[in-house]
Amino acid sequence: MALLIIDREACTGCGACVEVCPFAALSLVDGVAVANDNCTACGACVPECPVEALSLPERKEAEADLSAYRGVWVWVEQFQGRAASISWEMLGQGRVLADQLGSALTACVLGQGVGQVAREAIAYGADRVFLADDPTFSAYRTEPYAKILVDLVREYKPEVFLLGASSRGRDLAGSVATLLYTGLTADCTGLEIDPETRLLRQTRPAFGGNIMATILTPNHRPQMATVRHRVFEMPKPDPGRQGQIVPLKVRLSEEEIATKVVDFLLEGEEVNLADARVIVAGGRGVGGPDGFRPLRELAQVLGGAVGASRAAVDAGWIPYVHQVGQTGRTVRPDLYIACGISGAIQHRAGMSTSRVIVAINKDPEAPIFDIATYGLVGDLFEVVPALTESFRQKLARR
Amino acid sequence: MHAIVCIKSVPGTTEVRINPETNTLMRSEVESIINPFDAYAIEEGLRLKEAHGGKVTVITMGPPQAEKELKEAVSMGCDEAILLSAREFAGADTWATAYTLAKAIAKIGSYDLILCGKQAIDGDTGQVGPGIANQLHIPQLTYVFKIRAIDFAARTIEVERLVEEGREVARTRLPALLTVVKDINQPRYPTFRGIRIARKMTVPVWGPTDLPDAEARYLGLEGSPTKVIKVFSPPKREGKAEMISAETVKAAADILSNKILAEKVI
Repeated sequence: MALLIIDREACTGCGACVEVCPFAALSLVDGVAVANDNCTACGACVPECPVEALSLPERKEAEADLSAYRGVWVWVEQFQGRAASISWEMLGQGRVLADQLGSALTACVLGQGVGQVAREAIAYGADRVFLADDPTFSAYRTEPYAKILVDLVREYKPEVFLLGASSRGRDLAGSVATLLYTGLTADCTGLEIDPETRLLRQTRPAFGGNIMATILTPNHRPQMATVRHRVFEMPKPDPGRQGQIVPLKVRLSEEEIATKVVDFLLEGEEVNLADARVIVAGGRGVGGPDGFRPLRELAQVLGGAVGASRAAVDAGWIPYVHQVGQTGRTVRPDLYIACGISGAIQHRAGMSTSRVIVAINKDPEAPIFDIATYGLVGDLFEVVPALTESFRQKLARR
Repeated sequence: MHAIVCIKSVPGTTEVRINPETNTLMRSEVESIINPFDAYAIEEGLRLKEAHGGKVTVITMGPPQAEKELKEAVSMGCDEAILLSAREFAGADTWATAYTLAKAIAKIGSYDLILCGKQAIDGDTGQVGPGIANQLHIPQLTYVFKIRAIDFAARTIEVERLVEEGREVARTRLPALLTVVKDINQPRYPTFRGIRIARKMTVPVWGPTDLPDAEARYLGLEGSPTKVIKVFSPPKREGKAEMISAETVKAAADILSNKILAEKVI
């Protein structure tokens, strides 16, 4: 079933392709490269072949006139009238992309009583804001949000459309891209314009961060991407910036929307890990539910949130919402303090891009030290309270 | 009650080792498993069957050997299994995958719920669930943490969804598509009886000719709007950690706090 085309005559059996295949799909059989069903046609091997024996099937060129699509759009996520910081990060990067493309930056603000968010969007770099202010947009729901964005894209034809990779952003992006039949790249950590082709080069991690892939949407528009939290710098707002606010008509009446949001059960504790600039996380080494107490105190002094490894969550010491890693949340705070976490690959996948990583562990051989900026070998129940006290004194002096 | 569970065969993460030289997956140790998030979807389907009667159908699109994961789902208690496997389906991105699965689900016919894991652990996109729902024009509830109530007579469902700020309670009509998070349940193990049933079962394999409504131009690599142009190793962090040590814990903590403050991250 593999799509990779292997020229058996040209292949010298050098094995260069076998080495680079991220999916373990290639092997040498009788001195010739053979692809198995793991092949995803990713193309990683094609440029590696010294004799150009590997290729992928040609794809048909698009019929649509792609030059009709211009402009960069960002969906501004808000909850109860407050914009998510990731939306401003995306407006910042959207501004960079729009300037490179020589086109305008548009923010899409949907909600109820969100006129202020629209004005903020201009301050953060939007040239134009589509504002849908209506009770049907009060809480996020897939149907009305996807409907209005799909209609707007069809009418105004943006070239690039960015959404935050939050739970709502992924829900919405997956719906809008499906309805528009266009490409969507999830969880991008890099976005840049290819100056020759105007194409958006979208780079994202896969396999829990062990592999990075660069992805294009060559023949469909808009080129859609969701972006992880804290990948791009938060821009400085300019309250004096001028822009156009375009009020929109509502597309769906309440009766036409199947889904109703009945209630919110908000967390009292600081568990919004995605937003946290500082995370103090505990693993198997904390030993039990009470073991998180010193971590909470440190987090409190640093104004951070408490995270946990899968081991601590599976043991029932702390709820799942705290879990960092491949099966939990992916975080990239400025400071990640890992306490009693050995650093299994699944955990590292969720936090290895944090700016500064501090590891505190009894075991000097723990793999967490391989990715840490600073390491301290010791008992976390002695080290963490001492660190808390040290920060308390130094921060009080500032 | 008829629940259709969509699963994916993925490399078993616990077995995955990275070759430190090339930073790629080391082939000999990669064994496929049911995507862990999909196991929660299977379990939720089985619980609904136990509570309300009916059946659970499990479906996947993948290589022929993905039959192994379908049989595992059957050994857990799923009643029927369908494998979508053909050269024409290969190289599909999330759009083409959702399209193909949706066409197969439409062919299966009547169902109350489609259950998916919130994302697959290899691709990590979380896009196929919403993709299927929008192909089928049915409501979706993603990141479901708990099914609060389901009423097959009134055709409604109420769930708790995990969102950044906590949990949201939402209600919609059936049929609906749900993607589930880890906290929703604890998946069961296969039973001996289930294993026997799975062993004897012949899993039907559907190709493009079994999906007459599916247009060839939307399948597989050709139907995929996205194109992977490069795969590479993530940039490595420089060197090992700077290890802090001192005579006393207090002194070490002081050095560490100074280093952290000097990084200007607080």
